[in-house]
Amino acid sequence: MLNIVVCVKAVPDPSIVDKLKIDPITKSLPRLDVPLVVNPLDNHALEAALQLKKKYDVQITTLCMGPPPAGNILRECLALGADTGILLTDPAFAGADAFATAYTLAKAIEKNGPVDVIFCGMASSDGATEWVGPEIATFLNMPVVTMVREFVIDQGDEWVVKADYDHGYRKVKLKLPAVITVTRNLNQPKSLSFSGILKARSKEITEWDREELGIPAERVGLKGSPTYVTELSNLESRREVELLEGTLQEKVERIVQILSDAGAV
Amino acid sequence: MEEKNATVFVISEQGEGGIQPVSIQLVGKARQLADKLGTKVGAVLLGQDLAKDAQELIEAGADSVFQADADFLVPYQAELYTEIIAKLMVEHSPEILLVGSTFIGRELAPLIAAKLETGLTAHCIDLVVSSEGILEQKIPAYGGLITIVCPEKRPQMATVANGVFPNPMADSARSGEVIPIDVPNEFPLRVQTLEIVSEKAEGVSLESAAVIVAGGAGAEDRDGWQQIVELADVLNAGFGSTRPAVDAGWTELETMIGQSGKMVSPELYIGVGLSGELQHMVGIVGAKVMIAINNDPKAPVFEQVDYGVVEDCRIFVPALVERIKNLKSHAGRAANAI
Repeated sequence: MLNIVVCVKAVPDPSIVDKLKIDPITKSLPRLDVPLVVNPLDNHALEAALQLKKKYDVQITTLCMGPPPAGNILRECLALGADTGILLTDPAFAGADAFATAYTLAKAIEKNGPVDVIFCGMASSDGATEWVGPEIATFLNMPVVTMVREFVIDQGDEWVVKADYDHGYRKVKLKLPAVITVTRNLNQPKSLSFSGILKARSKEITEWDREELGIPAERVGLKGSPTYVTELSNLESRREVELLEGTLQEKVERIVQILSDAGAV
Repeated sequence: MEEKNATVFVISEQGEGGIQPVSIQLVGKARQLADKLGTKVGAVLLGQDLAKDAQELIEAGADSVFQADADFLVPYQAELYTEIIAKLMVEHSPEILLVGSTFIGRELAPLIAAKLETGLTAHCIDLVVSSEGILEQKIPAYGGLITIVCPEKRPQMATVANGVFPNPMADSARSGEVIPIDVPNEFPLRVQTLEIVSEKAEGVSLESAAVIVAGGAGAEDRDGWQQIVELADVLNAGFGSTRPAVDAGWTELETMIGQSGKMVSPELYIGVGLSGELQHMVGIVGAKVMIAINNDPKAPVFEQVDYGVVEDCRIFVPALVERIKNLKSHAGRAANAI
C-alpha cells in the first residue's frame, strides 16, 4: 500500500484577500471575517493523491495546522475522498513562519507513521511562500522535487516527474519516500459531491496539540520562528508622474513618441 | 582596521546564456548592504566553465567568488548543491545570504535555510540594513509593505525576483579573488535531474517580454478587453492582467501580474483601465518606464507611473492602435521603396 500525506493549509479566501487594503492612516488591516478555504494549490495536491487512489492501493491522510475552524477544510478533503484528517491545533502554534510550520508538520508526519509520498501545493496564497514542502523534506531527511506538473512514472519506489523550469521543464528521477510540491497544471481538481459529503460524515478527524506531538514550546509558533513581521507600511512610489496634456490626438502622438524612445515601435 | 571577511553572500546561478541577470543584480545590492555594514561581498557559483562568469560577478561588486567548477554540477542537482553551499555557509557564517527567485533558487533556498536552521523571506522587493545592522526585508502584502526580520538566526536569507533591483554598472577595474570550493567526489543522489527540456513558448512570455501591456476592470467588457489585447499584439508585447479582469473571466490566471501572480520587469509597461491597486503594482516594481491609461484622474495608478493619460481607454486605445498600425505600414512601405 502507498501511504500518502497531503498537507493542506486553510487560507483566507484569496479572491477576497486580494481586495483587502492596509488603512493608509492607521497602517492596520481592516477587521473582516474572511472565510477560510483550502489553499488553491493544495487542492491540486489532494487531487494528485485522489487520482493515484483510483489506480493503486492508496491511503490518503490530510494534514492541516491551524485554528479549530480549519477543521472544516479537512472535512472538505474527506468529502473529496481522503481517508483521514489530522488537525494540528494549539494556541502555541500561532505566529509560525514557514520554518516553524514545516517543523511542526514534519513532527506530525513522523508521529502518524510510515509514509511514502508527501504532497504539498507549491505555494500558499497568503504570504506566497514556497518553503514548507522543501523544509519538511529537510526535517524528515527526504528528497524533494518542487513545482511538479506531470507524473511520468508513479509506480514502485522510484518515480519520474516533470517539474517547471525556466522555459520548459526538467525531468527528475526520485527515490521514495519523498516530498513533491505541485503546480496547478498537474491536474484539474474535482468539486464536492453530495455523496462525498455524506460519506465524509462517518470519517474521523484527529486533533493533536503541541504536547501530543512532543515538541518543545520553543520550537513552535512565533517562538520557534526565525522570522517575524515588524511593520506594516504604505508602499511609496519612486516615480515622478507626468500627466499628458492636450487633445486626444496629441496624447496619442506623445505616447507613440515615448514608445518609440523606448524602442517599442 | 582589521581586514573583514565577506559577510554578505549571494548564490549566483549560471543560466543558458551566461550568469542569470538576477544574480548580477543581487551582487549589486549585496555591495550596497556590505558597504553599509563595512564588510565584503562573497558570491557562490556552481557550474561548469565558470571563469567568465566569475569575472562578471567581480565586476558587478563581488570581493570573492567561491566557485565549484565541475561537469557533474550541470545540470543542477538539489541535494548536491545544498550540501556544498550549506557547508560553505557553516565555514564562513555570513550575516546575509541572498538568492534569486529562479526555479533553482526557489527550491534551493528553503533546502539551505532548513539545513542551517535559519529564516527565509520570499520574494522581497526591498532590502535595507537597519541602524542596528539587521536586514529589513520588505515584501508586498495587502496593498502595502510588510517588513520581516530574522534578528537571531544567521544567515538572514531572502529571495528576490529578477528585475526588482537594477543592474549594477560593471566596473572592469575592480579586482577580486576566485576561491575554489571543495566538492564531494561521490555523493549519492536520491533525486536526480535527468534532463532539462526547453519548450517553445506560445506568444510572448510575460516574464521575458521587453514590453508589457496589462489590462484591468476599466475595459468594462469583452470588447474593451479585446482592444487592449490588440494593443499588446501590435506592440508584440507580453500581455498581463489584474485580479478583477481574471475574476471577470476575460483572461486566464496565468496572465495575472502582482502579489499572487507574476513578478515582471519589462523595459516598458502600459497599464490600461486599471486603478493601480498595489496587489497588482508590486508585480511591476522593476519596470523601467511606466505608462497608465485611465479615465479617473484620481486613480492611484497615476501616483505610480512615469506618464499618465487621463482618457477613457475604450476611446484612447483604439486611436493608439490605429496610429501604431499606420506607422508600421508607412515603415513597411518605406522599406519596400528602398
